[in-house]
Amino acid sequence: MNAPNKSGWRPALTLDRREGQTTATGNRALMLEEPLIFEIGTCETTGVDLPEATAGANRLGGMAREAEIGLPGLSEPETVRHYTRLSRQNYAIDLGLFPLGSCTMKHNPRLNEKVARMPGFADVHPLQPIDTVQGALGVINELASWLIRLTGMRGVAMTPKAGAHGELCGILCIRAALEAKGDAREVILVPESAHGTNPATAAFAGYRVEDIPATAEGRVDLAALKARLGPDVAGVMITNPNTCGLFERDLKEISDAVHAAGGYVYCDGANFNAIVGRVRPGDLGVDAMHINLHKTFSTPHGGGGPGSGPVVLSEALCPYGPLPFTELHADGTLTLVEEETGGERQPHAFGRLSAFHGQMGMFTRALAYILSHGADGLRQVSGDAVLNANYLLRSLEDVLDAPFGHSGPCMHEALFSDKGFAEGLTTLDLAKGMIDEGFHPMTMYFPLVVHGAMLVEPTETESKAGLDQLVLAMRSLAERARAGDESLKNAPIHAPRRRLDETLAARKPVLAWSEPQVPAGTPTLSEQGGS
Amino acid sequence: MRYLPLTDADRGEMLNVIGAPSIDALFADVPDGLHLDGPIEGLPLHASEMAVERHMRALSKKNLAAADAAFFCGAGAYRHHVPATVDHLIQRGEFLTAYTPYQPEIAQGTLQMLFEFQSQVARLYGCAVANASMYDGSTACWEAVAMAGRVTKKKRVVLSGALHPHYAETVRTMAKFTEDEIAGALPSIQGAPDLEGLIARIDDATSCVVVQYPDILGRVFDMTPLAEAAHAKGALLIAVNTEPVALGAVKSPGEMGADIVVGEGQSLGVGLQFGGPYLGLFAVRDPKHVRQMPGRLCGETVDAEGKRGFVLTLSTREQHIRREKATSNICTNSGLCALAFTIHLTLLGEKGLRQLAAENHRLACLAADKLATVPGVTVLNDAFFNEFTVMLPADARQVVRTLAERKVLAGVSLGRLFPGVDALSNGLVVAVTETTSEEDIETLCSALKEVLA
Repeated sequence: MNAPNKSGWRPALTLDRREGQTTATGNRALMLEEPLIFEIGTCETTGVDLPEATAGANRLGGMAREAEIGLPGLSEPETVRHYTRLSRQNYAIDLGLFPLGSCTMKHNPRLNEKVARMPGFADVHPLQPIDTVQGALGVINELASWLIRLTGMRGVAMTPKAGAHGELCGILCIRAALEAKGDAREVILVPESAHGTNPATAAFAGYRVEDIPATAEGRVDLAALKARLGPDVAGVMITNPNTCGLFERDLKEISDAVHAAGGYVYCDGANFNAIVGRVRPGDLGVDAMHINLHKTFSTPHGGGGPGSGPVVLSEALCPYGPLPFTELHADGTLTLVEEETGGERQPHAFGRLSAFHGQMGMFTRALAYILSHGADGLRQVSGDAVLNANYLLRSLEDVLDAPFGHSGPCMHEALFSDKGFAEGLTTLDLAKGMIDEGFHPMTMYFPLVVHGAMLVEPTETESKAGLDQLVLAMRSLAERARAGDESLKNAPIHAPRRRLDETLAARKPVLAWSEPQVPAGTPTLSEQGGS
Repeated sequence: MRYLPLTDADRGEMLNVIGAPSIDALFADVPDGLHLDGPIEGLPLHASEMAVERHMRALSKKNLAAADAAFFCGAGAYRHHVPATVDHLIQRGEFLTAYTPYQPEIAQGTLQMLFEFQSQVARLYGCAVANASMYDGSTACWEAVAMAGRVTKKKRVVLSGALHPHYAETVRTMAKFTEDEIAGALPSIQGAPDLEGLIARIDDATSCVVVQYPDILGRVFDMTPLAEAAHAKGALLIAVNTEPVALGAVKSPGEMGADIVVGEGQSLGVGLQFGGPYLGLFAVRDPKHVRQMPGRLCGETVDAEGKRGFVLTLSTREQHIRREKATSNICTNSGLCALAFTIHLTLLGEKGLRQLAAENHRLACLAADKLATVPGVTVLNDAFFNEFTVMLPADARQVVRTLAERKVLAGVSLGRLFPGVDALSNGLVVAVTETTSEEDIETLCSALKEVLA
């Protein structure tokens, strides 16, 4: 493996002039081209002050590292500038609306960040003595109590690290409960409109997955589901509100039927923000549901995570949750039930899903958000989220096909399709056109039950003026797509990059930087990376 | 409610457009009798920013923060100094509040950062390819075990006894459902790991051997013989590292033949945070294994004008496309923690990482020497990086609790990690980093002397 810049080599930062390129550097005023750290850093540069390594202390057992690792360093000012420049090439919720269906992206209050950084939360070790972490356990306990009350469930497993991890936790609880009864079942039913993570989770937990179709209205086909229930069905995984943006009217009846057949109901709670304070999943017969704290309770997504996916559990599943969990005693102290004590308190606990106690830094943020809103504010949250989505649905349905526009009010997201677009123009073209209009695109091609799906979720933190801007942009793009405006195929033209060649990336994967193998001369920036 | 921009006038106008009489009417599909009519009783109503801050500060103050103690806890989570620049940069809204980079044209910031992160991790681990991060070290560990099953089509998993017990427990939990057979053990309480005993447990049905380096007792060792023994039986060697700073001082697992290297990246940039969110690192030595890797991958490509750019790639392995045929349960990654890690490592660079590692080792050697002078205390291992095990003449759990009352967080007792194993109950794992002062070491030794006297 090549080491970067061992000899202080730095690439010339000159670019050849490309067709259409109007500046020597490739920069365009505030839009700057930024090289990789491997191209501007050296192994001898460091941005921190540390004592010079002293000779003497060496008890590494003969394992001392000899060869160069090949890690580039930057000074502090160079580091600040590099990452600040990179940040400017990102769209983010702080810059504008993020209408991603099923992936709630709402305002991230900075109070939450401030709270999470309080030393008593940020600078505490997970294995400190329990007496020294009563406040941290208090956060877990207080948040857990809110989640239980808001969902009408019996208990909650706090440790899952993300939504899909929460799904896994819930399905494992179901499996553990069935196994405790000596009732090995093989099948999990997953409606077509479920998140793609649901079947993956069921398969990972050792189940066979069978699909249940959706009705023409966009809801689970109740008759088909009932017909499939039987002694081999461990449970169903259902999303409510579902990914067509609709409330599953029949969920209570589905739950009753599944329970009567000896199975359990898992609800994908990714969309809980649409119903929080309006209806409790526990009242609908749900046995397990994960809650994406980053969606419903506004912990920042951070370009991919971290998430957090606590799972609320019904009375029937409570004994089967994972370790560790907190226990509140009469004197107000909290203890942690883990391996040492779990054997007595939780004989059916299925073990640990990960090290330590879950996403503490997400818990503090979510709790601060919940306390800020309170019970009244959370009810307004779901109301405004649903109001905003229905406003978009009605404001766009004359220019964009809304396949389930008459199946009842949509919940927090509005679903459209590409029906009516001119030949050759697709959902992708409209989405890329939105980038030029200054918006992040909506979710594309999902759910699968709709051709050319566009799933739009505004969330409750968007103003009416902001929504009207989005409507203006989407109406204009829809009209261009209907009229066959081929220029849409070139979109985006104003983004930091034009359409990227994803096929090339997959066919010839370049997944790490290596020193360019080019002869002396001035390499172009695009040739310097990879291969 | 300060986070909600709609006014009542807005709401009225919008309801007119929709043709609905009220917001409540939009929930008409909720069955009768199950509507909540108003805020759930018994729960508090909304609170001001000041009030929430006060409440959270009160909870925060009920914890003993590491900075307020003489602090020696490790065992999978380490306290390092994180330069102020790191936290400042990750709080830039364009990073903090961005989504997964599924629209690459407007996510080059996140994507380039992930490409740089992957490149750094691969080099640190001595591997060809690293992914764009996992939830944490423990879940990365079990995903590695699952991957070894896919690669070798075998089901027997040999776990080193000196693997972090929470990691081992995570693997055991998942194996109950994936039908993997776990052959585990307890750590041998001796200066060096029992590699021969571990090698003896590898057979033809073995998919992988999972070994931690440095291990839970802080021991460092040459894993080359393990790699050779595993490969001879058609098994993969999975190396787990919970302290990436160590790799600034010791040979990388990849150099010693580990096939999959996973670990916890929390040490760089992320902070203790009472256990999460942390940062799972995952890399493979042989590029041919890339398509069996879990998690996201960022790859280099070009745009329509021929400019270099980055995209998420090889996503056909992932669950949102392959549904029940997906290679992992991972949906999200730890993007923001990966950003913190990569910024911290960029600030350090090769030179800084090596200096940081040397300083950790120097202070750990000093602490081991001083602790060895405390009557009744024996230092178990003589090969270590920044963490080692001492044997006390009393139950270490109790000693740790007593010392905590004096604001000395002395380390992690083996009794906490391996409850019910009498042979380990007097063991204490002590971690020392650059944040440990020489005064802290003196404080620990004198407090220990008094408590043990």
